[in-house]
Amino acid sequence: MLYALLCYNDEKTVWSWSKEEEDACMARIGAVQEKLARAGKLGPVARLMPTTTATTLRKDQDPPLVIDGPFAETKEQLLGFYIVDCVDLDDAVGVAKELGKASPGGAYEIRPLAVFRPDEARVDVSSETPSGASAFAKASADLGDLSSEAPSGA
Amino acid sequence: MSELAWLDAALTAARPQAVAALLRYFRNLELAEEAFQDACLRALKSWPDKGPPRDPAAWLILVGRNAALDGVRRRSRDAPLPPETVLSDLEDAEADMAERLDGGHYRDDVLRLLFICCHPDLPQIQQIALALRVVSGLTVTEIASAFLVGEAAMEQRITRAKRKVAAANVPFEAPGLVERAERLGCVAAMIYLVFNEGYSASGGEATLRAPLCEEAIRLARLLLRLFQTEPEVMGLLALMLLQHARAAARFDAAGEIVLLDDQDRSLWNDAMIAEGLALIDKAMRHRRPGPYQVQAAIAALHDRAARPEDTDWAEIDQLYATLERLTPSPVVTLNRAVAVNKVAGAGAALALLEPLGERLDGYFYFHGVRGQFLLQLGRAGQAREAFDRAIALANTPAEAAHIRMQLDRLADAASS
Repeated sequence: MLYALLCYNDEKTVWSWSKEEEDACMARIGAVQEKLARAGKLGPVARLMPTTTATTLRKDQDPPLVIDGPFAETKEQLLGFYIVDCVDLDDAVGVAKELGKASPGGAYEIRPLAVFRPDEARVDVSSETPSGASAFAKASADLGDLSSEAPSGA
Repeated sequence: MSELAWLDAALTAARPQAVAALLRYFRNLELAEEAFQDACLRALKSWPDKGPPRDPAAWLILVGRNAALDGVRRRSRDAPLPPETVLSDLEDAEADMAERLDGGHYRDDVLRLLFICCHPDLPQIQQIALALRVVSGLTVTEIASAFLVGEAAMEQRITRAKRKVAAANVPFEAPGLVERAERLGCVAAMIYLVFNEGYSASGGEATLRAPLCEEAIRLARLLLRLFQTEPEVMGLLALMLLQHARAAARFDAAGEIVLLDDQDRSLWNDAMIAEGLALIDKAMRHRRPGPYQVQAAIAALHDRAARPEDTDWAEIDQLYATLERLTPSPVVTLNRAVAVNKVAGAGAALALLEPLGERLDGYFYFHGVRGQFLLQLGRAGQAREAFDRAIALANTPAEAAHIRMQLDRLADAASS
């Protein structure tokens, strides 16, 4: 059975960790992940950028509304997720406990997967810059165009 | 991570919001800081046993407020303190407080706390020191070391700044729309000052002052969480991330600055660049350009070039032209001339520089760049004059050495 472990924590606190703490934590999590991978339990893993980079599309209206920020303002934020292959919920809770020991604070929400289609992925997730370079070049051109219409000396 | 390290991070993260709310409550910075200190001491005692509260900031505000009120009461009629368990058992009260904090109140609280640090009567250094002490919670020792001054001197500066702020009487009512926008502008400028204090350091100072860059980035994150739809705040955070991403490549083993063209780009921080690009991309969708966004876009174009020769100088030239319109300044034009040189050649670039001569005559970089252009145009005599002038104005031995290298090349060319 595939489960998603959705990682929630207070991002203000996580971003207040010192470099040493951050590195130590990553090393501990890395060790657990390696063990899970050896046991054939570890699927895709994602770490999200801070919620300040988030944009939300509200599609319950027409036209949809694009808003800056995460979908929900919560005390703890969704910071990332693991996909793990576990025999049952007990097993998944055990994996979550082990990961939790490596990374203090916050919570994991354990959710069974209903659909999983990793083979259809067409994105090269190994490339280090997720934000498309082409999209950026266009935005940059937009800024140039627009500002030429802006009153000078503003 | 040790329990203490976690506690420390939680207290640091909660600090701006907690001190800001206590300031609104007590209307006195000194008292608000004391109350927060008290609350932290209690947290250190109570959290390890009971586990951290779900909303650390709300807990600290409530406990800090109670502790300070007790202090006032005790001084007035010597009443006994309530037992620790009463003070720490705050489940219901905390939920209530958290609800009120979510009401958007705290957004203006934190902005006010940042804003009082930007009082126009305070010299820039005092503004920065005050923000680092009060908002970030750095110790006086840490701030003194970042500014390379003695602890006593820094203590005195901060005390003086606090006195001035107390006398300034910043209003505690929620600000109006215009006033909020003005405050936001002041605070953004102050945060960028903090960053530049760290970024402009060189040599051995650079390591000591690097924490200022990280603190500025943390403050900008805080500001953006409060004002999530402000493109200029996104631009400010993006700009600092995109510049700080190059930190590891900016100095050589001897601590001398390495120019952008000569930096080992594999040392750049990819995660910071990716986040900076995401933010500037998001900001530009608003179609409300501002100086931070434009500067971030320029930094982004440098950061995205895998090799110096891949840099999109035409786009950079355009963006500097935009920046000239938004914030006209001879230094911006000078920077634009560097881009124009790459796109249209030294002749066009030099033409852009000539009107600046009077205003930038005392500026090292102006004469260095001008000499370079003249050299490219084969006007060796004038180039030598410009380089001599630059050397006389150099701020560091590294700057002078860089120009001397150009002069040596000139001499070689002349003799061959």
